[in-house]
Amino acid sequence: MHPIVAITIARLKEFIRRPESVFWVYLFPVLMVGVLGVAFRNPAAETYDVDIIESEAAESMLTHFSSLPQLKPRIVSEEEARARLRTGKTLLVISATSASLQDEDFELEFLLDPTRPGSLSARNLVDDHLQRELGRIDVFASRDETFAEPGGRYVDFLVPGLLAMGLMGGGLWGVGFAIVDMRIRKLLKRLMATPMKRSHFLMGMMASRLVFMIPQIAILLLFSYWMFGVKIFGNPFSLALVVLVGAIEFSVIGLLVAARAQTLESVSGLMNMVMLPMYTLCGIFFSYERFPEIVHPLIRMLPLTPLIDALRAIMLDGDSIFTLGPELLVMGFWCVVPFALAMVVFRWND
Amino acid sequence: MTAAIRVKNLVKTYRGKPPVAAVRGINFQIEVGQCYGVLGPNGAGKTTTIEILEGLLAATSGEVEVLGLNWSDHADAIRQRIGVSLQETRLSERLSVGETLQLFRSFYPTGIDADEAMRRVSLEAKKSAWVKTLSGGQKQRLAVATALVGDPELIFLDEPTTGLDPSSRRQMWEIIESFGRHEKTVLLTTHYMEEAERLCDRVAIFDEGKIIAEGTPAELIRSLGAEHVIDFTIDRDTNDFRDEAILSIPTVEKMEQDGGLFHLTVGQPHVVLPELISSLASQGISLSSLTTRHASLEDVFVSLTGKHLLEPA
Repeated sequence: MHPIVAITIARLKEFIRRPESVFWVYLFPVLMVGVLGVAFRNPAAETYDVDIIESEAAESMLTHFSSLPQLKPRIVSEEEARARLRTGKTLLVISATSASLQDEDFELEFLLDPTRPGSLSARNLVDDHLQRELGRIDVFASRDETFAEPGGRYVDFLVPGLLAMGLMGGGLWGVGFAIVDMRIRKLLKRLMATPMKRSHFLMGMMASRLVFMIPQIAILLLFSYWMFGVKIFGNPFSLALVVLVGAIEFSVIGLLVAARAQTLESVSGLMNMVMLPMYTLCGIFFSYERFPEIVHPLIRMLPLTPLIDALRAIMLDGDSIFTLGPELLVMGFWCVVPFALAMVVFRWND
Repeated sequence: MTAAIRVKNLVKTYRGKPPVAAVRGINFQIEVGQCYGVLGPNGAGKTTTIEILEGLLAATSGEVEVLGLNWSDHADAIRQRIGVSLQETRLSERLSVGETLQLFRSFYPTGIDADEAMRRVSLEAKKSAWVKTLSGGQKQRLAVATALVGDPELIFLDEPTTGLDPSSRRQMWEIIESFGRHEKTVLLTTHYMEEAERLCDRVAIFDEGKIIAEGTPAELIRSLGAEHVIDFTIDRDTNDFRDEAILSIPTVEKMEQDGGLFHLTVGQPHVVLPELISSLASQGISLSSLTTRHASLEDVFVSLTGKHLLEPA
């Protein structure tokens, strides 16, 4: 048997005989899609908790609101209303200036945090409704139609991010951690005492990683399709190619992380140093557009960002791989440079 | 005879503050077909030396030739012809014995098949058992089997029996003895003198990075000048004891004291014993224990260094 094949088969056997690693690699991302997809599904009808400060007008406001099913009003003291607003239990506090809604100088005062999701919607809903109830005539009629086609939902945004996260974790654990573990067990040194070629060893480690990756990607995509109808709008071969480049990229980064580490603590520290910033910065769970524009070019130079951007472009926008030159270039950089560096500093014999 | 290994003025100093001189200029030669023992306490430089010979460590200075080749020009050729068992390699726990050996076999262009390697270390019955289920002795035999799959001419075994129970140790000895019948050259390190005496054609005794004695086990024991040892203890404070009378007994070579225990190196115990007892009696001392035995490599080591091979941990 060729050494590359023998190493690949041995690694695959070790992997599938370790149920916990099968869980983390194959099932954990699926659970993430399931949980986050359900938690952030587009709500059928959003409801708003609003507080009305006790007054004589409060009761009559309450009767006007009874025709608004999405509004959950309650009458409370001013003190309690402020406390509830501060702790996020209510979105909006309404206070009336006079006893009756029919008074000439009747005014409403809204207390809200406009940055809190839903607060402004609640304010506009209450304002519009009362204005109309009390006689405002709209200039023209309008009506809403709900749009929730696959492709535009949070779960559609999330799945490419989780695919990329899986490739990152897989490369760092499957190659980086695995090599350090072999070094600690003196197995790497033992292999170096055989005629095994270093290139065969590295290719075997990478090849086994690429083989584990196929079910990892397939399970996540199939589950997302089955559970949420997440579709691939672009060419599946383009997607496969980007996935392949991403897997190689993070295997190589794993190799660099493992190049010198001699304890599990040091490799875990290095892996966290690599992964934690990218978890938050690169747009797995939310777009990096939320960060100040000035740092976007930096974020786009990180290894994970171009992978996520390319996966989203293919899956959501249906882009062709030929439009993804800049992303592939950055990923190519992260394949070549860490590899060269790793080969210079790698500890083979101790 | 051709040399399987030739070592000349080998020095290894580990960088650091302060630098550690692990091997300080050693010379030895191993002939083809010999079983050669490197004996010495922990920290004597045994593992450093063997790892330089295995091509895993670079020497600081000196010359090393393995199977007539040097590491700098012929690393791959040497690796194809040697087999190695390191101290404390932990093979993959979730591969079976057979799978582990097939993996190692794949690295060698020629060799024996995995089943034959298992047979040579009596692990056939464990072919499909995972490594994690093996006992210490079985794991060690598997480590030796990984050294055999390439059908090497020269086998390095670094402390192959350390930590094994007596019956596993004897089983390993039988395996190592079988290499001799296959005309393999073996280099083994150990800190068990009885292992070296039983297995090795020649022995080098290492201490503090140097070879302090080298020869066949019989030669080394003969170098003590006497081949028997009488160990005894006495029934009173050892400070009261005068040794001139004892040292003047015919064939007594020397006397060493180790706590309350006296070691007397003698040529002819049957001559010494009656004289010893009467000499002690004339000082009013009686023996509280007495044993006689053949001198061992341990005695050689003690007489050369004043230390024991196996220092209590």
